[in-house]
Amino acid sequence: MAMAVTEIERLIREGFPDAQVSIEDLAGDGDHYAATVVSEAFRGKSRVQQHQMVYDALKGQMGGALHALALKTSAPS
Amino acid sequence: MTQAQDVQDWIGKQIAGNEVVLFMKGTKAMPQCGFSMQVAQMLNQLGVAFKDINVLEDLGVRDGIKAYSNWPTIPQLYVKGEFVGGCDIVREMFQAGELQDLLTQKGIAHNAQTLTA
Repeated sequence: MAMAVTEIERLIREGFPDAQVSIEDLAGDGDHYAATVVSEAFRGKSRVQQHQMVYDALKGQMGGALHALALKTSAPS
Repeated sequence: MTQAQDVQDWIGKQIAGNEVVLFMKGTKAMPQCGFSMQVAQMLNQLGVAFKDINVLEDLGVRDGIKAYSNWPTIPQLYVKGEFVGGCDIVREMFQAGELQDLLTQKGIAHNAQTLTA
């Protein structure tokens, strides 16, 4: 099972309309990605909360269809 | 249902009864996933004594810890009852020296090394 970059990006943008999203396919296998998400929604939130918000936006795909997504989240500086 | 509740209780006890707990795939001696290995290595570099729980030994615990923490992936690090994060967060904190600060705050013995993982 794998997930396309476009699908991951679509779900994240749906959850965070203001976000700057960049996604890298680390291994070229459609299964190991690194995503950077910058959104105002993260301001004042802990790292754990920020990542939980992204996982929520991915609607349960993380840990399932999406095996490995290295996440970096922050609010715009 | 009762079983799932038993697992949640068991997880709660592990977290309450050990200062530093790492839920991981494999053991600290033999990690079976690169992400679990990275976190175990960072803790080892810091000389932190931790309890490793191999989620591959029990499917109930593997699913149970995800529900417990509301976190979809393994590894998961707990310090003094508090969920610190998975591999990305722990690495980010380690590299920024924040993990070391957290350990100091929580009174967990560790050395002052700040090598990058």
